[in-house]
Amino acid sequence: MNPTPSTTGRATRGRRSVNRLPFWVYALLGVMVFVSVFPLYWMFVVSTTDSATAFSLPPRVVPGGNFLRLAGLVFDIVPFVQALLNSLIIATVIGVGQAGLCALAGFAFAKLSFPGRNTLFLIVVLTMTVPAQLAVIPQYLIMSKLGWVDTLQAVIVPGLVTAFGIFWMRQHISSTIDDELMHAARVDGATTWQIFWRIAFPLVRPAALVLGLFGFVNAWNDFLWPFIVLKSPERYTVQIAIKALQNSRDIDLGLAMSGSFLATLPLLVLFVFVGRRLVQGIMEGAFKG
Amino acid sequence: MTTVLRPATAAKATGQPTRQRRIQLGVRERLAPYAYIAPFFLLFFIFGLFPLLFTFYVALFDWDPIGERHYVGLANFSELVDDPRFWGALRNTFSIWLLSTVPQLLLALGMAHVLNHVRLRAATLFRMSVLVPYVTSVAATTIVFAQLFDRDYGMLNWFIGLLGFEHIDFTASVWGSHIMIATMVAWRWTGYNTLLYLASLQSVPRDLYEAAAVDGANGWKQFRHITIPALRPIIVFTVITSTIGGLQIFTEPLLANPVGGLTCGAARQCQTLTLFLYEQGFGRFSFGYGAAVGVALFVIVVIVAAINYLLVTRIRSERP
Repeated sequence: MNPTPSTTGRATRGRRSVNRLPFWVYALLGVMVFVSVFPLYWMFVVSTTDSATAFSLPPRVVPGGNFLRLAGLVFDIVPFVQALLNSLIIATVIGVGQAGLCALAGFAFAKLSFPGRNTLFLIVVLTMTVPAQLAVIPQYLIMSKLGWVDTLQAVIVPGLVTAFGIFWMRQHISSTIDDELMHAARVDGATTWQIFWRIAFPLVRPAALVLGLFGFVNAWNDFLWPFIVLKSPERYTVQIAIKALQNSRDIDLGLAMSGSFLATLPLLVLFVFVGRRLVQGIMEGAFKG
Repeated sequence: MTTVLRPATAAKATGQPTRQRRIQLGVRERLAPYAYIAPFFLLFFIFGLFPLLFTFYVALFDWDPIGERHYVGLANFSELVDDPRFWGALRNTFSIWLLSTVPQLLLALGMAHVLNHVRLRAATLFRMSVLVPYVTSVAATTIVFAQLFDRDYGMLNWFIGLLGFEHIDFTASVWGSHIMIATMVAWRWTGYNTLLYLASLQSVPRDLYEAAAVDGANGWKQFRHITIPALRPIIVFTVITSTIGGLQIFTEPLLANPVGGLTCGAARQCQTLTLFLYEQGFGRFSFGYGAAVGVALFVIVVIVAAINYLLVTRIRSERP
């Protein structure tokens, strides 16, 4: 800190207040962090103590040592390991699919010229505004015609590529890859596919990774469509398994909390490693997918 | 670059490709862009556009999933217009949307303003922690909040009791259940919107704030005259996305009241439109009537889009 000398006292005061934030700012931020994290912390507390914790007053706020016993109960009631595996498969395939296929389409819209390009891109943008939810009944009918009801691909395939992802990758590719590079590669005899795979994709890999991460998180947390189309317990995703826990026997809230915690834990672990990238991604314009 | 592209150049060096091969390659090159965008359009037609159009068709039938179906014309729609359950669901959806969106966006604005301080320490940590709710699944969120709002043992009611007030039965009353669900929605999205606003704020030149401070503008005046105008486009965007999101609220009302079933309580006090659609389609297996609800949702989306369009064009014309 080396404050430049200033002529008026007023300016000095202004500068100091810029350099050191007042206490209340941190207090406010502290409240913000508390509100963001507390519900999760409490979910953890209930899932490490006993179902009765959820019903004790004043509320208990220290975790106990019962996590494994409660987790065991969760695994007894629903095939939770299978559900974790299903969620992992669905979210991974969707994440990878979105990163690859959106980059490919984004590349075509950003860097290749072909008849109908602008119209087709406009259609892509327009499809973002209509929520898919309102057509779930025909979607279900199509899935049953295909014989896909109660299979994982019924959840995976429709999510493999999104309009938003294409839009986003197009933005990144047009600002990252310059036309001279494309031209040079063409002169060298590279095919379009080689240009994409060896030049364009490596350069936008960070953006594709962020897109894939968002795809993963959204697929992991998706509820309505898997709830409609996955029927048998061994096909459940973790979210549907939570619902099943809530329905089981005498609506044991403690167990539902344990299940919720187990379902959230993998994402929290992932978040520790990639949270920074997700924050960056949103701030660069990764709006809802 | 030459090292990267070695296979192609090598192939070129080994000899001229035959005429036929060259034509093949040319056609393939010309079709390449279409092949790259094909996956999206293929999936969109099968799982997006076709179901959307098909919704209108299914809505004209008395359609039972087991196979029985009868053409009934517009009967589903006239039934829908006279159905108090539909209007109730519409009212609930609108009320929950309003109760969640307004506080959420105001909070996000304030939080973004605070997070935008230049000298903020551990900025990344704060940003990451506000995003934690976004990564948490709606199902898990709902179960935790439903417990916090519980009538007898919820932490919130415990506080209310400590303050000397009567416990509130959130799930049973209209307002209580709406506030509860709106809180869940707001908790999930406030941090996300904060980051969007923050990103916009960071593109505002610092000098503007410094100049304003020198001119004697206090924090509130800076917020009112610099922050808000700079954020206007992103505010419109978040209002649009939260509206589309608000029409889709489903998981919270389904899980918030475990004894409420598909109606979110005996009086349907918190049943949203999407939950009503699900109840008709997959709870009662009347696909035709459910599809009619889908059509109604579509009409609402179109109205919202039209309002958005007007808003956006007005903002453009207001720009200097």
